[in-house]
Amino acid sequence: MREVHVSAIADAVKKLCMDANWSLEPDMLRAFDRALGTERSAAGKQVLTILKQNAEMARTRRIPYCQDTGMVICFVELGQDVHVTGGALYDAINEGVRHGYQEGYLRASIIRSPFDRVNTGDNTPAVIHVDVVPGATLKIMLMAKGGGCENRSKYTMLTPAAGLPGVKEFVVECVKTAGPDACPPLILGVGVGGTFEKAAILSKKALFRELGSPNPDSTLDALERELLARANRLGIGPQGYGGDTTSFGIHILSYPCHITSLPVAVTIECHAHRHKEVTL
Amino acid sequence: MSVSTGADGIKDVVTPLSDADVTSLKAGDRVRISGVIYTARDAAHGRLLPLIEKGEPLPIDVRGQIIYYTGPSPARPGSVIGSVGPTTASRMDKFTPALLALGLKGTIGKGYRGQPVKEALRQHTGVYFGAIGGAGAVLSEFVKSATVVAYEDLGTEAIRRLEVDGFPAIVLYDCHGGDLYQDGQKVYAREDG
Repeated sequence: MREVHVSAIADAVKKLCMDANWSLEPDMLRAFDRALGTERSAAGKQVLTILKQNAEMARTRRIPYCQDTGMVICFVELGQDVHVTGGALYDAINEGVRHGYQEGYLRASIIRSPFDRVNTGDNTPAVIHVDVVPGATLKIMLMAKGGGCENRSKYTMLTPAAGLPGVKEFVVECVKTAGPDACPPLILGVGVGGTFEKAAILSKKALFRELGSPNPDSTLDALERELLARANRLGIGPQGYGGDTTSFGIHILSYPCHITSLPVAVTIECHAHRHKEVTL
Repeated sequence: MSVSTGADGIKDVVTPLSDADVTSLKAGDRVRISGVIYTARDAAHGRLLPLIEKGEPLPIDVRGQIIYYTGPSPARPGSVIGSVGPTTASRMDKFTPALLALGLKGTIGKGYRGQPVKEALRQHTGVYFGAIGGAGAVLSEFVKSATVVAYEDLGTEAIRRLEVDGFPAIVLYDCHGGDLYQDGQKVYAREDG
């Protein structure tokens, strides 16, 4: 049994919150460069160029890439031989969020209740998913998820008869309806199968795969490529001003499901794709 | 006249705006906005609407003005403002026609808007500008001062008076029915999308 103190978890989460909001990951920066090489629209190219400048300015001045610094989502892989000491895991994560957002000059965007809508003032609480896995390490994958794109995420329960063609149509339709509202170029996380909640969680988790890397499942990889090509033929383009770069990537995760079911969840992510991870 | 075209083809727009200024702007025009603009988003609009419905005065005089849909991140010490990009404008669609009827001339945001807003832009001679969503760090450079003028308790959602200098934007919807999204996207859409 390996002990991990809650203070180490809180410190790690604090740093992840700040770094994620100030510095886009290299996979995102490469995506901008690739798109600048293929985009035909002058307006689209200009948007991509400004977004690259924005990333550089955010990193060097330590100000957030986007003023919507998001709701924090943590996927935790907790080794079953880890003993968390000194307090509760969930409290430690929220303590890290609190300090990260306050000390990092990041926006407090979370309200304590969807009904009375009073801001908590420190961007807590986070949405936390914990998987218990073999081993003695604790891995935290953190995302600062923007609200504008999240609002364009969609869910459907297809029939088995709708099948793969139905899944494809739904994903493309999600890109169309997200349009400029969700800040394209978009990244889509798609969860197919499982149950209602399983598909939704998979659609979030899918976003953590490195952008531009192949799906390890060759069938899903081919599907991702086909859907990405279709999304980029819609003409929406960067910011919706018209162009070829509507999406940077579509990532799919699937899970076994019931003989009656074909759940499909699509999480829409904007170009402010802020994700970081750490292993303690 | 507070709209003039620079040597680079970009239109310089100085607030406040007249009907003639708005009429001269066309969908697709790139602009630089200078002068005073006001921030307001969901929660502030939610407080303005009951005042409008009761015919009571608003905390800001919207006549000739531009409202920027944004909730900035906190300023670092020594900075005027934090990151300050646009939020999705359609969430404010419920409120916009009433504000345009009071004399508001422009809004700045991102994303599609509903037909009632498009019709109100025609009827009341208004314009909808787009700023680049997610470029909040770059856009902060164009803000020279920021002062909370109403609803301080709303935090980032308070109404702020911003002095901006050359704030870059593009005309998304003009008062003639022009729509940059429609025009731009049809050029690049391919048939089997």
